Amino acid sequence: MKRLLLFLLVIAVYVLHQDYWYWRAVTPLVFGFLPIGLFYHVCYTLAVSLLMWILVKHAWPKHLEKEPVSPHSNPQSAIRNPQSEDPR
Amino acid sequence: VIPVLFVFAYLAIVIYIGVFAFRRKIGEHPAEDYFLANRSLGQVVFLLSLFGTNMTAFAILGSSGHAFANGIVTYGLMASSSALIVPLSLFLIGTRVWAMGKRYGFMTPVQMFRDRWECGHIGTVIFLVQAALLVPYIIIGVMGGGTTLYAISGGRVPFWLGGAVVAMVVMIYVFFGGMRGTAWVNAFQTTLFLLFGAIALVVIGFGLGGFDNAIEGLLSSQSTTALLTRERISPLFFFSYTFIPLSSINFPHIIIFCLTARRMQHFKRTVILYPICMLAIWLPAVFLGVAANRATEVPAIQAKLEARQTLTAQGPTLTPEQRTELRAKSAGDDVLLRLLEKYAPLWLAGLLGAGIMAAVMASDSQILALSTMFSEDIFTYYEGKEKFGETAQVVTGRIFVIVLTIIAYAIALESPQPIFDLAVQYAFSGYSALMPLIVAALFWKRSTKWGALASTLWTAASVIAIAVFQAAVPAPKVIWSIGGAEILARTPGGTAVFGFLPVVPMVIVSALLMIVVSLMTRKPGEATIKKYFCSNIILSSLDE
Repeated sequence: MKRLLLFLLVIAVYVLHQDYWYWRAVTPLVFGFLPIGLFYHVCYTLAVSLLMWILVKHAWPKHLEKEPVSPHSNPQSAIRNPQSEDPR
Repeated sequence: VIPVLFVFAYLAIVIYIGVFAFRRKIGEHPAEDYFLANRSLGQVVFLLSLFGTNMTAFAILGSSGHAFANGIVTYGLMASSSALIVPLSLFLIGTRVWAMGKRYGFMTPVQMFRDRWECGHIGTVIFLVQAALLVPYIIIGVMGGGTTLYAISGGRVPFWLGGAVVAMVVMIYVFFGGMRGTAWVNAFQTTLFLLFGAIALVVIGFGLGGFDNAIEGLLSSQSTTALLTRERISPLFFFSYTFIPLSSINFPHIIIFCLTARRMQHFKRTVILYPICMLAIWLPAVFLGVAANRATEVPAIQAKLEARQTLTAQGPTLTPEQRTELRAKSAGDDVLLRLLEKYAPLWLAGLLGAGIMAAVMASDSQILALSTMFSEDIFTYYEGKEKFGETAQVVTGRIFVIVLTIIAYAIALESPQPIFDLAVQYAFSGYSALMPLIVAALFWKRSTKWGALASTLWTAASVIAIAVFQAAVPAPKVIWSIGGAEILARTPGGTAVFGFLPVVPMVIVSALLMIVVSLMTRKPGEATIKKYFCSNIILSSLDE
C-alpha cells in the first residue's frame, strides 16, 4: 500500500510539470520581477527535492546496502568469455 | 589580457587538482583504481562531481541562448523536468547499478548486460552504439573550449590554439588522474560555476538597472512579452521534452560514475540536493538569457535582436540560405559573455570567464568513460587482460585517452560546429531510447539479449533516419498528414511526429521491441536469473 501511494505521488508530481494553466500568463510578477510561469517551476523544483526526501525516507532500498562478496572473488566467466555467446 | 590570465591560472589549478592533489598509492587493482577511483568517492565529491558531469557547456551558455530566443519556457523545458527525472533515475537505477558493481565487479554497463543476458557480441553492438553516440559530445567539448577561449581573449587566442590548450589540459589530468583526478576537477568546476551563476546574476542585474526594470521593459512590447510566457512552444513539445532527461542515466559517463561512490548512502543526499543544484544553476542562466533582450545598449546583442526581427518580418520571402544565416546571427549562445563584457569589471569578467571555462570543459568524464568502456568491453573481453595483465589494461586505457583526444581535436579543427550541435541533439534522443535496456536488465526477469539487441538496433536506425531526414528536408514542411492532423513534419527546430519530438516514439517503440522480442525468445538460464533476482540484489521483478 505504501509503495502504491509513493508511486501515485511520483506520477502526480510528473503530471504537475505540465502546468497548462499558466501557459500564457505573465502576471502576477512574484517579487516584482519573476513571471508566474517561471515562479511555478521554481516551486516545482523545490517540491521535487521534497519528493526525493520522501522517497529516501520511505522507499530506500536498504537491502542493497548489505556487504557484498568481494568483486574480485567472482570469476565472471560469462562476462569475459566471447565463446559464451548463445549461437541460437 | 586580464581575463585570459585568469583562465590560464584556472587551467593550471585544474591540472594541479587533477594530477597531483589527490593522488593515492596504487592498490591491488590498478584498473579499478584508475577507472573507478577504487569505488571510494566520498559524499561531497560524489554529489558535486555527478552534478558537474551532467552539466555541460549547455547548462550555462546554451540555456541562456535558448532563453534569449524562447523565453522562460527554457526552465520548465530543460531544468525542472531534469530536476525530477535525473534524481529519480539515480534513485531507482543508480543505486542498483552501484550494488551490482560492488557485488559482481562490473565497471561498465555493457559488462552487466553481457552477464545479465548471457551474451557476448551483442554486448559489443551495444558498446558500438553507445560509443558512436558519445563521440560527438567529446568533439563539442573541444570546440567549446576553443570558442570560449577565443571569445574571452577578444580573439587574441585563436580557435585552434584555444582548442589545443583545453584538449591538452583535459588529456593531462584524465591520463594521470583517472577517475579520482577527474572527479575532483569536476567537483571544483561545479563549485566554480555555482558561484559564477550567483555573481553573474547580481552583477548583470545591477547593470540592467534592476530586474524589475528589465521585466517592465520586456512587458512594454508585445513581441518581448511573449518571452515571459510559454506561448512560443506547444504543450506537446513541452511534454515531449520530459523524455529527454531519460538519457542521463544511460550516458556511459553517468552510469559508470554511479559505481564510484564509497557507500550507497551517498546517493541519498545526492538525489535530494540534485534539484536544488539545478535551480541554482539554471534559474540565473535562464533569467539572464531572457533579460538580455533588454540589453539593447550592447551592440552584439542589438545585432542579434535585429537579425531576429528581420527573420520574423521577412521569413517567408527569404531563401533557405538567408534564413540559416539570420538564425546563426540571432543565436544567443554568447549573450552571457556579452553581458559580462558590458557590465562586469575586467577582473571580475576574468574570474567569471574561468567559471564559464569550468562549464565548457565537460568532455573529461566522457573521454574517461569511453576509455573505460574500450578497456573493459573490448580489450578485457577479447582476452587482452588475460594475455597482458591488469597493468597493460590501464596502459591501454591511457593510450586510448591520448588517441581519442587527438582525434577529437583534429575533427574539431576541420568540421563546422553546427553539425556536432545536431549530433549531440541526436545523442540525447538516442540515449533516451536505450532506457528500456537498463530498466529491463534490472527489473524484468523475462527480458532477453535479443530484446536488448532489437532495442539497440532500433535506436541506431532511428537516430540515423532522423539525421538523414533533417539533412534532406528543408524546414518547415509537412511530409505526411491525415485529415488535417500532422503525422510527420520537418520543423525549424528539428522533426515532429504527431506533434511530439522524435524522442517520444523512439522510446515507446524501443520499449515495445524489448517486450515483444523478449517474449518471443528464450530467457536467460535459471542460474543467471537467480543471481540477479533471488539474491536480494533487486528489490522485485515486474513479473511478480
